[in-house]
Amino acid sequence: MTSIASRPATAPRPGSQAPAPSGGASALLDGFVVARRNMIKVRRVPELLFGTLISPIMFIVLFRYVFGGAIGGLPPGVSYAEFLIPGIFVQTVVFGATITGSGLAEDMQKGIIDRFRSLPMSRMAVLIGRTTSDLLTNVLVVIIMSVTGLLVGWRINSSFLEAVAGFALLLLFAYAISWVMALVGLLMRSPEAFQQISFLVIFPLTFVGNIFVPSDTLPNVVRIVAEWNPVSTLASSAREFFGNTGGLQPSGSFPVENPVLYTLLWVVILLAVFVPLSTRQFARTTSR
Amino acid sequence: MALNTSDADAAVVARGVVKRYGDVEALAGVDLTVPTGTVLALLGPNGAGKTTMVKVLTTLITPDAGEVRVAGVDVLAEPQEVRRRIGVSGQYAAVDEYLTGFENLDMIGRLYHLGRRRAKERARELLEVFRLTDAADRPSKTYSGGMRRRLDLAGAIVAAPPVLFLDEPTTGLDPRSRLDMWDLLRDLVREGTTLLLTTQYLEEADTLADDIVVIDHGRAIAHGTADQLKSQVGGDRVEVEVADHAQVGAARAVLARAAGGEVGDDGGRRLTVPVAGGATAMVEIVRALDDAGVQLLDVGLRRPTLDDVFLTLTGASS
Ligand SMILES: Nc1ncnc2c1ncn2[C@@H]1O[C@H](COP(=O)(O)OP(=O)(O)OP(=O)(O)O)[C@@H](O)[C@H]1O
Ligand SMILES: [Mg+2]
Repeated sequence: MTSIASRPATAPRPGSQAPAPSGGASALLDGFVVARRNMIKVRRVPELLFGTLISPIMFIVLFRYVFGGAIGGLPPGVSYAEFLIPGIFVQTVVFGATITGSGLAEDMQKGIIDRFRSLPMSRMAVLIGRTTSDLLTNVLVVIIMSVTGLLVGWRINSSFLEAVAGFALLLLFAYAISWVMALVGLLMRSPEAFQQISFLVIFPLTFVGNIFVPSDTLPNVVRIVAEWNPVSTLASSAREFFGNTGGLQPSGSFPVENPVLYTLLWVVILLAVFVPLSTRQFARTTSR
Repeated sequence: MALNTSDADAAVVARGVVKRYGDVEALAGVDLTVPTGTVLALLGPNGAGKTTMVKVLTTLITPDAGEVRVAGVDVLAEPQEVRRRIGVSGQYAAVDEYLTGFENLDMIGRLYHLGRRRAKERARELLEVFRLTDAADRPSKTYSGGMRRRLDLAGAIVAAPPVLFLDEPTTGLDPRSRLDMWDLLRDLVREGTTLLLTTQYLEEADTLADDIVVIDHGRAIAHGTADQLKSQVGGDRVEVEVADHAQVGAARAVLARAAGGEVGDDGGRRLTVPVAGGATAMVEIVRALDDAGVQLLDVGLRRPTLDDVFLTLTGASS
């Protein structure tokens, strides 16, 4: 074995080391290093991405072609494909955000989080890196979903800027959900446990809403819950931005009339609550 | 207990460290000191608290009580400053299996803020030192257990930290890799690195460590150099095997006279006697036996091993 002592010049001592970047810069720089590491995994294990993509495509095909004709209450002039696809986008990006939790739980189980925690990197970097790479994955997912949507009859009937705003809001909301999932993942300590808990949250969240059917077709109590569900307002916002509402101005409760504002409010609240909570949990947690 | 001034220049100082998990007291008030540039081995049976101690020292867990300084920095007050000065390899290799060996080390270098170019150079260098160059660009998922262990250890010294913590560094390595690892660790120590390691292999503690702390049930139950610990369980003994059963009595008399200690036997032709003078005493005994006409089959100087120390100490405390 080559002796390490034979190259003393190559052994930097802390004094000779580059000064540590300041807090904020370090969080971003280190976060970038972690994000790149996560993207390498996406590249090496494409099955994972394939898994995230296959279920929404299945949903599109199932709902569009199996139930499509049977779903009523659509705004006049709006096809079911036009109504459904923005909803599927929402469901897909919210599901996509759960990778944040399972990724962290897996890293914790494998002791990689302990390795990170012993390094002089920013305390937020792992979470910033994780949520950023999951955002990038979601960008990829949205692109593929859009193409699939266009193939089955979905159309964007709005301006380019509105469409961009629609995609941006979808990704922003998913990013906020990522931070919620980060906390859950750090508390779970095994990807399997995380999977089960996150399904318990995500399924009701995405099904008690207007993703698959307009909420005014729902029974009363369920309808109220569905209307105030930010996932519904995100879907309504997306339909508005993509011009899939048939030009109809909805009226009713606050979230129904102001879906974009209401959704943004949720994004702000989720980030304000879960960024600090997740960061604190990260600093505390150790594997096993 | 407060940290006193004589500890000020030690690389690692821990006083009264307590860590509880529910009812389990994983650490029940451990003190230890590692002078700069020396090697301390933490010995103890399974569940003794070795890993917990390493995690406290490396900022991974916060103790319920106690004071800890590493490289002159208070671990509880300034953990981030401590992290800049230490390298850590945990009991279980924490390599990212989806990344290649190179990518793993490069990432760690970047996170130590070595800079992009330096991180890459250092990664290549360490892959060579740890004989992983051939596998450098393969995902570490495809590595054998020993290769992963080596990659993990390489990760610990990426920033050439002045203080290194290794939790069972050679567990799972084959004999050749273990010897290589020992050489490497000796080199690092010669360059000035302070090393704290835990180990199940007493031979490892014996060859590498300047100082040994034996812990059991979260307490340090013994402390000293390997030789001090060995003499604690008894010094050297001379052991002879008499050829003829009829001469055992005569041999016993000679041994008692020559060595002065109490002569033990195994009920057969094997006799032992404690001696003070090591090899010289053995030669004298052999000469006296020869003069007395006692025929020997076998003769030897037996020193207590660290195994004797370990079994005696941990047996007594439980
Ligand atoms: N996270 C934890 N939760 C509960 N108990 C724990 C935890 N970590 C350690 N312990 C307990 O603390 C004690 C010391 O554990 P530790 O891992 O430090 O032992 P060790 O000396 O490293 O053992 P080994 O040689 O098996 O690695 C054990 O009784 C263990 O069960
Ligand atoms: Mg251990």
